[in-house]
Amino acid sequence: MAPNWFKYASPASFYPLAGRLVPWFGAAAALLTVLGLYLGFFVAPTDYKQGEAYRIIFIHVPAAWMSMFIYLVMAFYAGLGLVFNTRLSAFMARSLAPTGALFTFIALWTGALWGKPMWGAWWVWDARLTSELILLFLYLGYMSLQAAIEDPRRAARASGLLALIGAVNVPIIYFSVQWWNTLHQGASISMSQGSTMAATMLTAMLVMTLAFWMYTIAVVLTRVRCEILERERHSEWVAEIAAREAR
Amino acid sequence: MSLAEFFDMGGYAFYVWGSYLVTAVLMLIEVVGVIRRRRTLLDRLGRIHGAAQGAGRSGR
Repeated sequence: MAPNWFKYASPASFYPLAGRLVPWFGAAAALLTVLGLYLGFFVAPTDYKQGEAYRIIFIHVPAAWMSMFIYLVMAFYAGLGLVFNTRLSAFMARSLAPTGALFTFIALWTGALWGKPMWGAWWVWDARLTSELILLFLYLGYMSLQAAIEDPRRAARASGLLALIGAVNVPIIYFSVQWWNTLHQGASISMSQGSTMAATMLTAMLVMTLAFWMYTIAVVLTRVRCEILERERHSEWVAEIAAREAR
Repeated sequence: MSLAEFFDMGGYAFYVWGSYLVTAVLMLIEVVGVIRRRRTLLDRLGRIHGAAQGAGRSGR
């Protein structure tokens, strides 16, 4: 296993591999989105308490999950880059941040649009909402730190440290509804008790989550490829690609 | 369920479609953004390296 993994840890061999994978992940994202929206709007029943407003859940919860998963994956790659000094991990961490920030914003935005009709407020300073907002600031801080430091190696080290320290916030978001008395409802799905949702609602939500994952992988791999081209622009193999693919 | 009923979302149209529309637009912007970044980058690298390799290429 190990030799294979290390082979693709080199940017020159990862670049074409990622290029072959992107269309598949993109197509999977599109298909799963269509399926998820169909299930969410036409199969899942109306909620007896919240009426049709609950249908926001099919993007709100997947986006919120993604915002946390992506952060952990980003922190993982940042840590890998710090420990082993591998360039590809640094590219990976860097490329995950904008998509993570995007999903954090979507979670907050759809949360506000859901909170208004259900709680009567767009925003409350409750533990769940506040810690998710801090997550957005962590993403933005990570990206600005990258942008502010010119030397790419130093930028990766400094922002990698920030990513690792900020990872503490993720369990805080996740458990906030248990640790504090929050307005935000608790999890509808738990590892130990299963789900309290209708099966079709749950399926739609999981399909949308999978769609967001596929979307994330396609976008992030494309971004990693750009990072590789930029950093390796003086190498022979990039010159060949550039000569071939330029218009 | 009629089409009008569907779009009304039981009176929650603003909140439901406001969520979905903004999500779709933002994701679209991100996709267009990375594709454009890649295109501009390849063009820029092509100019640098293409010029170095000489004008042997034809077409577009």
